[in-house]
Amino acid sequence: MSEITNIVTPIRLDYTYTAGHATQRFLLGMAEGRILGQRCPECAKVYVPPRGACPKCGVPTTDEVEVTGKGTVTTFCIVRIPSDVLSVPPPFTCAHVLLDGADLPFFALIQECDFDAVRMGMRVEAVWAPKAELAATFESIRYFRPIDEPDAPYETYKEHL
Amino acid sequence: MNRMAETASGRLTAAHVLEYPYRRSVGPVMGAFFTGLTERRLLGVRARDGRVLVPPVEYDPESGESIGEMIEVGPGGVVTTWAWVEKPRAKHPLDRPFAWALVRLDGAGSAMLHAVDAGSAAAMRTGMRVRPRWKAEPEGNIHDIVCFEPERA
Ligand SMILES: [Zn+2]
Repeated sequence: MSEITNIVTPIRLDYTYTAGHATQRFLLGMAEGRILGQRCPECAKVYVPPRGACPKCGVPTTDEVEVTGKGTVTTFCIVRIPSDVLSVPPPFTCAHVLLDGADLPFFALIQECDFDAVRMGMRVEAVWAPKAELAATFESIRYFRPIDEPDAPYETYKEHL
Repeated sequence: MNRMAETASGRLTAAHVLEYPYRRSVGPVMGAFFTGLTERRLLGVRARDGRVLVPPVEYDPESGESIGEMIEVGPGGVVTTWAWVEKPRAKHPLDRPFAWALVRLDGAGSAMLHAVDAGSAAAMRTGMRVRPRWKAEPEGNIHDIVCFEPERA
């Protein structure tokens, strides 16, 4: 046998993930085609998805807020390397989308858009799964696509990069 | 993450696997050790104080100098300490009760962690002689040694 120059050392952890109250509310909202977040009672920031507490103020986020599927691309990248984790074949666009009324952008796919047309400030909307396929999963939003609106000014999302 | 499922208590749960299939380059010293395993040879490295360290390291533990003189040791050795595993877990090297043990191979000045298949805890003792049980088709990793087993006279 030839000289050994590298070895594979797999690391694997098996979890049972249990959604807390806030995540559960969010996921049940997904099953209804709704996007639910929570507002901090002290700093008024709206977290989507909610985590149940404001990491800045350290208080529970008790007020539920519903936002629409419209938002702004704050930053993005085009992925050209395949991954076992994402079912999407490359190349594809990943972006941070700041939903209107939310204060935390989240990770999303952008489709129905040429790669060289994706830009910071681009206005997008959620494309939902067909009603019969809605479930308590983030995948109920299939992806985001551009909408015919002027780009959001940099000032409106510069705090969220 | 898989689809969430609602449990009897109404909580959403999902199975989640975090897995990294790391491929790491091993360098010339560990590479020589793993290559040795494919030939059923156990190799250590000579430290500046003369001790042979198994598994080998690239730098002298005292002075930090590069070392690389490979020395063959074993295959037999001595258990220097051990812990009995009554209920092996899924990823353990043996599917029956076994010992995790530090084995100092003959000629080595350090001990190596491996499994000892002794049948029962009563058959284990510090100072016992063991020898490797080799895998039929070596691949060049530590699992080429299936386990150590008591050396019978
Ligand atoms: Zn707050």
